[in-house]
Amino acid sequence: MKTSLTRREFLQKSLAGTGLVVAAVATPFGDRLLSAAEMKKEEVTFSPNVWLRVAPDDVVTVIVNKSEMGQGVDTSLPMIVADELDADWRQVKFRVAPAEARYIDPVWGKQSTGGSTSIRHMYMTLRKAGAAGREMLLKAAAQTWRVPLGECESSKGTIKHKPTGRTLTYGKLTVKAASLPVPKSPALKKESQFTIMEKPLDRLDIPDKVHARARFGIDTFVDGMLYASIERPPVFGAKAVSYDAAAALKVKGVRHVVPIKTGIAVCAEKPDEAWRGRTALKTNWGKGADPGLDNKTLDEQFVKAMNTRGVVAKRRGNTDAALAKAAKKLEATFMLPYLSHATMETMDCTAHVRKDGCEIWVPTQNQTGVVEVTEKETGLKPEKIMVHTTYLGGGFGRRFETQVVKEAVAISKITGKPIKLLWTREEDMKNDYYRPGNYSKIIGGLDEKGSLIAWSHKIVCPSVFEHAMPQMVKHGIDTEAVANLDDMKYGVPNLYVEYVKFDAPVPVGFWRSVGSSHNGFTVESFMDEMAHAAGKDPLEFRLNLLKEQPRVSRVLKTVADKAGWGKPIPKGDGRGIAYDFSFGSYVAQVAEVSVNKKDGTIKVHRVVAAIDCGPIVNPAIIEAQLTGAIIMGLSAALGERIDFADGGVETSNFDTYKLLRMSQIPEKIEVHIIKSGDSQGGVGEPGLPPLAPAVANAVFNAAGIRLRNLPMTPDVVLKALKEA
Amino acid sequence: MISLDINRKKYSVDVEPDVPLLWVIREYLRLTGTKFGCGIGLCGSCTVHVDGKARRSCQIPVGDAQGKKITTIEGLREDHPVKVAWIKEQVPQCGYCQSGQMMQAAALLEEEKDPSDEKIVEAMNGNLCRCGTYPFIKRAIKSAAKEGKGS
Repeated sequence: MKTSLTRREFLQKSLAGTGLVVAAVATPFGDRLLSAAEMKKEEVTFSPNVWLRVAPDDVVTVIVNKSEMGQGVDTSLPMIVADELDADWRQVKFRVAPAEARYIDPVWGKQSTGGSTSIRHMYMTLRKAGAAGREMLLKAAAQTWRVPLGECESSKGTIKHKPTGRTLTYGKLTVKAASLPVPKSPALKKESQFTIMEKPLDRLDIPDKVHARARFGIDTFVDGMLYASIERPPVFGAKAVSYDAAAALKVKGVRHVVPIKTGIAVCAEKPDEAWRGRTALKTNWGKGADPGLDNKTLDEQFVKAMNTRGVVAKRRGNTDAALAKAAKKLEATFMLPYLSHATMETMDCTAHVRKDGCEIWVPTQNQTGVVEVTEKETGLKPEKIMVHTTYLGGGFGRRFETQVVKEAVAISKITGKPIKLLWTREEDMKNDYYRPGNYSKIIGGLDEKGSLIAWSHKIVCPSVFEHAMPQMVKHGIDTEAVANLDDMKYGVPNLYVEYVKFDAPVPVGFWRSVGSSHNGFTVESFMDEMAHAAGKDPLEFRLNLLKEQPRVSRVLKTVADKAGWGKPIPKGDGRGIAYDFSFGSYVAQVAEVSVNKKDGTIKVHRVVAAIDCGPIVNPAIIEAQLTGAIIMGLSAALGERIDFADGGVETSNFDTYKLLRMSQIPEKIEVHIIKSGDSQGGVGEPGLPPLAPAVANAVFNAAGIRLRNLPMTPDVVLKALKEA
Repeated sequence: MISLDINRKKYSVDVEPDVPLLWVIREYLRLTGTKFGCGIGLCGSCTVHVDGKARRSCQIPVGDAQGKKITTIEGLREDHPVKVAWIKEQVPQCGYCQSGQMMQAAALLEEEKDPSDEKIVEAMNGNLCRCGTYPFIKRAIKSAAKEGKGS
């Protein structure tokens, strides 16, 4: 049984009297560091967003304000604090923050996790908090021993008086340290002084995940709760014409039938009873918004939209003129499908709305969004809404959406009961906020020497931002829809990018690496085509365009070197290269593949990756994230697509949505991390975009076929081989 | 009333016999390590042992599980070579599918003390992982096999 904890209690526990507490406060003027006493005074004015607490028993607790969805924040964020604090890593624990203004992301001003930003946005704030704590502990020790501060040094949770060899652990110093003023600008370590960061330390969340102690959203139980399941329209925009609530209520265990905005909710004592109730409803659904919508009509609409005028997202030089005088011109189109997140844990949320407050347990990437929709749904003030972020059974952008919260809260409000709402896999697959399908037309021009002089890129794509963050759409341009295009690193003298916003009833959302998940493919595939048209090596061709981009050049050269680019490979195999810049990081990959000309399957033998993400925290987590991104990228490249039929989503489960299985993974995946003092980038997403183009380019190298549409399924490969 | 033997403990549950074993384990008995993923036996998140064999608990009507010995992830001892290897090789990312992966791996190692790569892939191919931990799982199974031999 969960113990209920109010926000005030959480705060009081976190700041419990004994022990040293440091809050780092993000303000418009930079970070401010406060002690617990100071914070209480200034609580109204400032919102401390992260704490470290050193307890008398030497345990260091770091409160993590980001959602753990597999990317390792429960480990990496505490590592940052612990290093500056000179803590003993074995004594460091983490605690998940509730949803509250004081835990907002200092850059976004909201509490949410995404965009591969957790470390980038928290790095300096957390370092300062750790460093301040260390300085206070050093001072406390010097005062205790009545010795000069300079004679004391910290290491692994202990202060040592160098001349006499006396030591005191941090726990023994907390009371004195807590009474000292917090240094306003503590000295930070030099990189060479790091003792915890840059080390491949084991993750703090793994033992609980292995021993089944980790609690995901679906593992929530609340006294007196009912299970809810929602009968949903089978097609977009359909309304219920009729349903038999009385029949559902006759089913054993069924307690309520509640029509809400998104469907008809059946609440019962047990989950199976709720599903039986759903069946008993015998709901008749209306026709929906677009009964004719299917794969074919959607594709046709994309092609049609290509002939309409869009918004110019980038204009450099004069692309039309350059193309007109080009010695060689190439044109190609690329069609990419809608994709599902298919998190292994389907959407779920447990909510208990009472008159005086509301408590929510949810695997979410968007705590601020959860509070906002709950406020709207219930009329309760934010301080009356307590959100428990559980472990997330996968995120990938899916759990930025708050629909499941809205539903659980609405049902709980109507029934007055705690509600555990579970989505079936079919509901999850058919009601996703999908990675948008998209259609690109690229025209490239070469001069007589084979240099790329012009690139014209027109993309038809739904706008994720228009739905998720409308304020991000400026002058009609969705910056994610044109990611990698308007900010293209290649020094093409004439560049033209046009964006046509595509509107369809299909909901779209953030999917791991967002716009780069498709534009990384089209740009790097077509760059390869241009290299071949120029008769040049694809790596050399790229490097020639990257003379003013040292970080891109370095990541490409590194991966080429590690992969043995240019060296012979087994006969029949092919090698392809691609790079992508996204979320502040540079990733290049080389794929080695073979194509089975009989059955059309593509086998990826080896993927070599290099990443430059600037200062690193945990190299083991970086390697795991890149490996995972490569596999997710390969899954999308080879098998994933959402199919549409009769006005809705046809794909319903893993029989038709083909996620990559162990038999399909590359035999070898190698990850090389470039140590770079350059600006810090993210790690969760940037490993994905280069995979599909590296594989497609390798397929061309192996079999001479250009696959410009995804996924590269065996039937597509066979067709291309036949036409070649 | 349905009688069940789970992790060597006897349970008596008031439930219809056609309810999948998964939901009885998870939601009736609150042994939450066993996870729901697809409900059609294609992802392996709900894998448990039934009389020592890896089975998808979402595909077994609870009535059919009577009289059989069921083991869930909670019943796999903490020093089991698979659990030790999963920590050593730092397998989980989000962790949701990993109970099913570990149960599948443990059953494989019961049958095959030192499985080849092909055997590992054959046994594990029904277990999906969206985070892409497959290479880590492979390494962990090999590590567990080594440990198992040594003990």
